Amino acid sequence: MKKYLLKRILISIATLLIILVILFLRLEFMPGSPFNDEKLTTAQVELLNAKYGLDKPVLVRFGNYVKNMLTGDFGVSYTISKNTPISTLLMSRLPISVKIGGQAVLLGTFFGLILGIIAALKHNTIWDTLTTVISVIGVSLPSYVFALGLSYTLGFKFELFPLLYSSKLPFESSILPTISLSMFTLASIARFTRTEMIEVMGSDYIQLAESKGISGIHLIVRHQLRNALIPIITVLAPLIVGLMTGSLVIEKIFSIPGIGSLLVTAIQSNDYNVIIAIAFIYSAMYIGIMLLVDILYGVIDPRIRLAKEESHE
Amino acid sequence: MTDEKKVDQTTSKKVDQMTSKEKILSISDLSISFKTALGSVDAIRGVNLDLHRGETLAVVGESGSGKSVTMKAVMGILSSNGVVNSGKIDFNYSDAGEEMAVDILTLSKKYMRSHINGKHIAMIFQDPMTSLNPTMTIGAQIMEGMIWHKKANKREAKKRALELLELVGITDAEKRMKNYPHQLSGGMRQRVVIAIALACNPDLLICDEPTTALDVTIQAKILELIKDIQREMNISVIYITHDLGVVAKVADYVAVMYAGKIVEKGTVDEVFYDPRHPYTWGLLSAMPDLDTFDDKLYTIPGSPPNLSHKVEGDAFASRNIYALNIDKRLEPPMFKITETHYAATWLLHENAPKVEMPSALKERIDRMLKEANENGE
Repeated sequence: MKKYLLKRILISIATLLIILVILFLRLEFMPGSPFNDEKLTTAQVELLNAKYGLDKPVLVRFGNYVKNMLTGDFGVSYTISKNTPISTLLMSRLPISVKIGGQAVLLGTFFGLILGIIAALKHNTIWDTLTTVISVIGVSLPSYVFALGLSYTLGFKFELFPLLYSSKLPFESSILPTISLSMFTLASIARFTRTEMIEVMGSDYIQLAESKGISGIHLIVRHQLRNALIPIITVLAPLIVGLMTGSLVIEKIFSIPGIGSLLVTAIQSNDYNVIIAIAFIYSAMYIGIMLLVDILYGVIDPRIRLAKEESHE
Repeated sequence: MTDEKKVDQTTSKKVDQMTSKEKILSISDLSISFKTALGSVDAIRGVNLDLHRGETLAVVGESGSGKSVTMKAVMGILSSNGVVNSGKIDFNYSDAGEEMAVDILTLSKKYMRSHINGKHIAMIFQDPMTSLNPTMTIGAQIMEGMIWHKKANKREAKKRALELLELVGITDAEKRMKNYPHQLSGGMRQRVVIAIALACNPDLLICDEPTTALDVTIQAKILELIKDIQREMNISVIYITHDLGVVAKVADYVAVMYAGKIVEKGTVDEVFYDPRHPYTWGLLSAMPDLDTFDDKLYTIPGSPPNLSHKVEGDAFASRNIYALNIDKRLEPPMFKITETHYAATWLLHENAPKVEMPSALKERIDRMLKEANENGE
C-alpha cells in the first residue's frame, strides 16, 4: 500500500507541474511585454524588467512562478477589483463553492447509493421502476429547473427556506442550492449503483456467500456493495469536481458569491491573472480528487493495491 | 413461532428399513419452471432422488438437463424467476443433538440461510476463479461462515481456518490466510472453496462440477481430497457433472438426467456395466477411452428438446434410434431392474421388442469388466 500511495502522489505532483508549465508558457509566448508603452525608453524598460525580475533567465522565472503559485500568490486582479491580491478574492469565494458543492456531493452520493441498492434488491418490481423514473428525471432535467422549482415551492410558497444565499444564515440558505446541485449526481449514482449491484448479485461469489448462509445487511454491504463500488467511484470523481468548482447557473439563481460567477466575470473582462489562478485551482482540485479516488480504489480493491508489490510466489 | 410450524420435529431417527442406512436427503416429485419473457420453461419435470449418510451420488447429464437447478433448489438459491410447481425436498439433520426433518421447499429464505446453508448443506462451485469474493482475504472468507453461524468466536474461527487450510492441502496456511483470491492459482482457490464449504461441518456437500475449470492433474487431486474428507467426516456428497470419468472415480450411485427428468439411476456398477436407457448408452458411447481408434468420436444425434414447449411422450424419443411408437405418445415410467437400478424407457416393458445395447458399447463394457476383474476387484 505504501508503495502504491507514494507512486500515486508522485504522479499527481508531476501532473500539477506540467499544468504549471503550460500556464507559464502560455504567458511566455504571448506577444509583447507588460511594458508596451512607446513613451518608455529602453533604459526605463530595462529598469522595469529588473524590478519585476523579467530580466532573469526563463528557468529562474519559472522557478519563481511555481513558488508563487504553490504558496497561493497569484498576483493581483487587473480589472475586477483593481490591485486586490487574487488570493484574497479567492479566499472569500472558494470556500462557499466548495461548501455547497461538498454538501451536494454527500447528499447525492448517499441517496444515490441508497436508491440504487433498493432498485437492485427489488429488481423488476415497482420500486425498481420508481427509481428508474427518478434517475431519468434527475439526469435529464438541468439543475436550474430544480433550482427554480424548489425556490418557488419550498422557498416562495411555503417559506421554509430563504430564497437567496446569505452569509448570515449560511446553512439554511445553502439547502436549496445543495439539493438542486445534487440531483444530477444522485440520479447518476443511483442508475450506476443499480446496474453494478445487479451484476454483482448474479456473480458466483455472491452465490457462494449465500450458500454459506450469509444474508441481510452483511451480505449487501460486505459482499455486494463493496464490489459494486469500484466502478461507481470512477464515475463519481468527475462529478465531485464539477460540483466543488461551483455552478454558474445555481450561483446566479441563489445569488451565491461563489467561484463559478467569478470565473465568468474574469473571462468577460479579460482579467488574465484571475483566469489563470482559477484554472490552476480547478486543475489542482481535479488532481487532488483523482488522487483520492486512486487511494480509495486501493483501499477497496486489493487487486489494485497489491498489483505492483506482488512478489511472485 | 412460525419456525416451529415449518419444522416438523421428529424424535425418532428416520432410518431406511431396507438397508438400515440413515436417509439424509430425499427429493420427491420435484418440478420447477422458470418464468421468462418468452413464457414458462419447465426445467425440472418430476425428479426423485434419495441419498444416505456417507454416500456419494453423481448426477450426470448434458448442459440444461436440470442438474444444477435441482441442486440449487436443495441449496435454496434458486434465481428469483424460478417457481417450484410441486414436490418435496426432505432433509434430515441433527441440530444441537436434536433430530430434525424439514421440507426445504417450505422453509423461508431467512430460515434457510440461518439454519441450513453452510451449517448443514454446503456447496462447491464450478469455477474457482469467480466463486471467491475478490475484495476479501481468503482467511476472512473461511472464517466468515463460522462467525456468522456463531459456531466460533474470532480466535477459534482463525484456529479452525488454519486447520481447514492444512486439511485441504495448502501449505504455509498462516501466510495464505492474509492472501486475496487473485494471489492464488485456480487449484489453490478451489481448495479454499472446499475449506469454506467444510468450515461448519456440513452433513451434505454439493459439488457443482468442482473440477471442470481445472486442469487434469489438479482435477485428480481435488477429487481425491473431497473423497478423503468425505471418509474422514462421514458426510454425504452430491456431484453434479457431465464428466463420466469423474463419476467412475468417486460415486456410489449415479443418476442420469435428461430434459429435467431422471432417466436412469442405480449404483455406479449398474449404470456403467449394465446401462438400460438408450440415452445412457449414448452417453457412455460418447466417452473416448484408450481403445477408441475411430477417427470420429460418437455423438448422440440431435439436441435436447426446448423445454418451453410441453414435452409429448418421451423427451428423448426424437434422438433415439431405438424409439418405439409409444414413446411419441406416452412418457415412460421408471421401470425397476434391481432394488437399486431403475430406468425410464419403454424398452424395459414386458411387451417391448428385445433391444440390445450397441455392440461397440457392449464390447467396451466387456473389456472394462475384464480389466476390473484382472485388477482383482
